[in-house]
Amino acid sequence: MIEDIEINDLRLLTQLVKEKYDYDFSNYAISSFKRRLLRILEIYKFDTFDKLMVKLRNEPSFFKEFLSEITVNVTEMFRDPSMWRELRDKILPTLFQSHESVKIWHAGCSSGEEVYSMAIMLKENGWLDKAKIFATDIDHSILSKAKEGKYAVKNMHELNDKNYFRFGGKSQLSDYYKIEGQNILMDKKLVSNITYMEHNLAGGIAFTKVDLILCRNVLIYFNQNLQNDVFKLLHQSLFNYGYLIVGSKETLVWCDIASKFITVNNEEKIFKKIRD
Amino acid sequence: MFKDKFKAIIIGGSAGSFQVVVRLLAELDEKMDIPIILCLHRLKHVRNGFVEALSIKSKRPIVEPLDKEKIRKGVVYLAPANYHLYVELGNQFAISTDEMVNNSRPAIDLTFDTASYVYKEKALGIILSGANRDGAWGMKRLKERGGYTLVQDPEECTINTMTTAALNITQIDQVLKTDDIIRFLNKELC
Repeated sequence: MIEDIEINDLRLLTQLVKEKYDYDFSNYAISSFKRRLLRILEIYKFDTFDKLMVKLRNEPSFFKEFLSEITVNVTEMFRDPSMWRELRDKILPTLFQSHESVKIWHAGCSSGEEVYSMAIMLKENGWLDKAKIFATDIDHSILSKAKEGKYAVKNMHELNDKNYFRFGGKSQLSDYYKIEGQNILMDKKLVSNITYMEHNLAGGIAFTKVDLILCRNVLIYFNQNLQNDVFKLLHQSLFNYGYLIVGSKETLVWCDIASKFITVNNEEKIFKKIRD
Repeated sequence: MFKDKFKAIIIGGSAGSFQVVVRLLAELDEKMDIPIILCLHRLKHVRNGFVEALSIKSKRPIVEPLDKEKIRKGVVYLAPANYHLYVELGNQFAISTDEMVNNSRPAIDLTFDTASYVYKEKALGIILSGANRDGAWGMKRLKERGGYTLVQDPEECTINTMTTAALNITQIDQVLKTDDIIRFLNKELC
């Protein structure tokens, strides 16, 4: 088993992927990127790094799988319940009071757990019909999974139900899904109005303007250069006085656009755009 | 003998390690002005309280680092709940929500692996009491990269699964009781 990857191999791989597939991983955070690559070597039983390179070079169909494995898709419903409470009790009431319709962007939505959390919360407060939600991810196949809304029963009971309880929802999480064997199927009505789109944050292109962006535990996989660029993109994609929420251990204070935001809640990492 | 040799102390612990860590933070000499990086198993959904509990007797500031936070001398860093903590090139931390390792997030193996990758022979790793095998592989990596390894005496541990696992796969440099860990570090690193 390979236990480490040389920096030079990383360079060769990002070069190949950039040239052949036009995805740029050169500014991904190294520790995590290496770890994902080691995982791929293990899953596909490549005993040398070169075998991965050959496969990437010769089998374009393999790249989709590579893309899915290189991104971290571990997520939860209502992760950080206190953040969701803050959103429900402070942020969203303000937005819905002053707006006919509120646009929300889940940037890097992965398998969609936070999108469902959002939809459930909006529904419980009578906001769902007045919200327009965009959910994007770099990985096409994880978006299909997000749309499908099919999750392991095990995760629902051990994680999501408990998070929902701590959040203090108005009902039971189980009211929003039905169990089918080892999986649960989320109620499709919740997301009937949600637009799922493939979008690469590292690609640098804004696609719309919104009132609220959730981009939690996504930028942690990028280095500071790329974080800086993506924060610019997120800033650009927000209306003035719109909100940006990142993960509980992330911050934008050292980025170029820091002065264009104020901190609304430091504990939950909620920022508000105050100027263009 | 080791004065100025090390750039960081990395400590892994689980069940039964809390009191040991509290003692280390209270009794390690303040002259030892290198970062101390703690990866301790903790409840995934409880974000607050751990830093405060550890801070009561600590001589040094304790923080849960933010992603890409610079690593400063004399500061104690605690791996945040439900994240893996990595030491990244460029003297900074990175965090990850990657799959659990050894049923743990944060996983000691990953903090030790990334820290030893960056600090090489200037890493000092310590494994304390704990009820699973997390940390053993990380300690092996740290040793292979030239770092110095120290394990709490299994006889003193509340639960010695973790220390025994580390001892089983690596030639550990020192096996010491808490008192002696403190004495050793204060004598050799200051």
